[in-house]
Amino acid sequence: MSSPPILEIRDLKVSLPGAGDRRYAAEGIALTVSPREIVCIVGESGSGKSVTASAVMGLLPKNVLKLESGQILLSGRDITHASLAELRALRGDRMAMIFQEPMTALNPLMQVGDQIAEIFQFHGPSLSRREVDQRVLALLTDMRLPSPETLRHAFPHQLSGGQRQRVMIAMALAMEPALIIADEPTTALDVTSQAQVLRLLHGLRERHDTGILFITHDFDVVAEIADRVIVMQHGRIVEAGAAADVLANPQHPYTRKLIDAVPKGKFGAGAPLAEGDPVISVENLGMRFVTSSLFRSKRREVNALDGVSLSLARGETLGIVGESGSGKTTLGRCLAHFARPTSGRIVMNGEDVSNLSRAAWRQWCKRIQMVFQDPYRSFNPRLTIEATLSEGPLNYGEDPARVQARMRDMLALVSIDASALKRYPHEFSGGQRQRISIARALMMEPEILIADEAVSALDVSVQAQILDLLERIRAQLNLSMIFITHDLRVAARLCHRIAVMQRGRVMEIGPAEQIFTRPGSSYTQELLAAIPGKDGLGSRSPAGLALAGA
Amino acid sequence: MTTTALDRPRSFWPALTRDPMMFTGLALLVALVGLAMLAPLITWHDPAALAPRMRLKPVSAEYWLGTDSLGRDLFSRVLYGGRLSITLAALVSVISVCAGLLLGLLAGYFRQLDAVVMRIIDGIMAIPGLLLAIAMVALGGATIPTMVTAIAIPEIPRVARLVRSVVLSVREEPYVEASLGMGTATWRVLWRHVLPSTINPLVVQATFICASAILIEAVLGFLGLGFPPEIPSLGSIISEGRPFFQRAPWIVLFPGVFLALLILSVNLFGDALRDRLDPRMARQRKD
Repeated sequence: MSSPPILEIRDLKVSLPGAGDRRYAAEGIALTVSPREIVCIVGESGSGKSVTASAVMGLLPKNVLKLESGQILLSGRDITHASLAELRALRGDRMAMIFQEPMTALNPLMQVGDQIAEIFQFHGPSLSRREVDQRVLALLTDMRLPSPETLRHAFPHQLSGGQRQRVMIAMALAMEPALIIADEPTTALDVTSQAQVLRLLHGLRERHDTGILFITHDFDVVAEIADRVIVMQHGRIVEAGAAADVLANPQHPYTRKLIDAVPKGKFGAGAPLAEGDPVISVENLGMRFVTSSLFRSKRREVNALDGVSLSLARGETLGIVGESGSGKTTLGRCLAHFARPTSGRIVMNGEDVSNLSRAAWRQWCKRIQMVFQDPYRSFNPRLTIEATLSEGPLNYGEDPARVQARMRDMLALVSIDASALKRYPHEFSGGQRQRISIARALMMEPEILIADEAVSALDVSVQAQILDLLERIRAQLNLSMIFITHDLRVAARLCHRIAVMQRGRVMEIGPAEQIFTRPGSSYTQELLAAIPGKDGLGSRSPAGLALAGA
Repeated sequence: MTTTALDRPRSFWPALTRDPMMFTGLALLVALVGLAMLAPLITWHDPAALAPRMRLKPVSAEYWLGTDSLGRDLFSRVLYGGRLSITLAALVSVISVCAGLLLGLLAGYFRQLDAVVMRIIDGIMAIPGLLLAIAMVALGGATIPTMVTAIAIPEIPRVARLVRSVVLSVREEPYVEASLGMGTATWRVLWRHVLPSTINPLVVQATFICASAILIEAVLGFLGLGFPPEIPSLGSIISEGRPFFQRAPWIVLFPGVFLALLILSVNLFGDALRDRLDPRMARQRKD
């Protein structure tokens, strides 16, 4: 890499407002991105990785974050203090950004083709309409989007997440910028879409000599595409180097901690337990939505669940894995009685509980408790932790003194100090809230814990702690657990058995190790092959075999 | 442990001293309401006592705000009139907020009731407020209960729609679901988790209802549909003073100023309250 760098950041310092726990959002950041190079910035939330990217694009929130010192050079030109007009000319043309959530970054009221065309109209006004049309079509084809001729007239909501992200990348590439900044571009995507997007980015820099600054929290993604890695913590760079070196031989303890926290196809749970009487079983469960519209006589039927049968033994952890829209969340909601299946049975203690009224369900609901995905929204911000934790038991007329004692026990179990009782949810971090959420579920003394994407919103090191906690509690209290996730790696770490779901059906169910090493259905093989970082991109082995040695 | 200043519930009193708009509004409001409520103690003329020889007298030491065409003391009439308007406004806002809250909760939380309740609301909205008031006063006579009902009914839909929209978003929050999953009874979920979120916008809405109730009562009085002449109300005083405007402008001027100040103070206070309680609006303001 002897060519001059596309991007050079020298000693960047971005200050935070007010008296926070630290003065700088980013401090002493120095990095370069050369042509045809993919540089990954890795770090957990709050590490300053996105701030660095925003500073380059000139997108730092005004009046909140201030670029205090340092230099940003784009192809040798200092753009640190470029005016808005100068930046506008550069953005899209010389540098482009890909955002995390393609749905919010695209205009929902505009056809995607027109949105791409807009960039040409702005940066190349001399182009004729036909030329623009041709370029848009070429770009969409380039992104390997299916039938670009019709897709260009689609609105963002008509596309899948992966397709939207590819449209975003097409927009970013429209003017063939020298630099692309991708801020967690695959975090919101399913594992198969993620694999497609990563492959696309990889191919692009080969053809266009683009330099890519790729921000992620996922070391598996790093392993998949990075040439060089920069690890950030608390706004500082703690380690930088060639991707292979850093991954194989991390120097800084923080890097080591992050890499260790990545679930690596280790099977934490061991062999499935001997089948006793199942604590809950589901027979032929179906959930069908019928949508009809005023103007279209054609009714659409969607099967969110279609003939799902499975059972859960005492003390067992059953993983339910699938991409978005696979029906895994609907299944969890049916089990917790938040949704009513349209056919089939849910059997507990030999009794069908699938269609109980809310009043009749009340005596059952103590046994099934849920840990929710979003630790920020699953607590009433107006109530203290004490009020939240005691709500359930007090509903069942338990003695307040006993409830008090139990709250302290449960908080101790999830390693939260008892002083938390008098505090409000906003005083805790995401990981802490998720622990309290588990404590809340345990307050009901349940037999079954349903965790719906319970760790997806958390940083990887926190994720590992919560997974360990769940496993410890399950063993200690002999709970059964249903663990719903989109991440096979997480499921592997925790679950005895895994059920893979697609389009409302269970494609495959079996012991975790078997699912990984001898996947039975082709869909499972696809999912496994899409897990990033298992091998290099060039030598991608046939689907399924990649994991044989994991 | 992360504590961010933005999340923390804000305390009210320090904010009051720092926010000039809220301070002005509240101070003015307290002064006017105090004057009106203490009217029997402050004034030394019966607001209804006629004194034909003293008619249309300008401002003097005896008659602080002058007298009207029948020689009645304008100072006591304005204060008594204000007292009536404020009482009426308070009753109207309490009644319309309670009724609207109930309807809004029902419509927002129980999806089966939504269509029915909202169509009733639409029906009420289709009736012009002033027309309803005129009809009701014509039928039931100008008594306080009729007036209050007549002014409160057209305000109910606004409150109900506001509450419904808040409930619709809150009921989808995972914490409501979590509570239901722990076997909490429906009415308790409403009381504990849903109702508190509606309080802030409701308090703000109530201030605006106050202002509009005062105004509507004044309009009714001005149109001659308000209370009987012996009971002074701001609107009827202005209305009676109108023919004498060129000879004795103070009859229209003073109740008009009182009315304007009263509504201004309520609106100032309501605006400031909204900025305090609705963090989104407040943040926009800070930038």
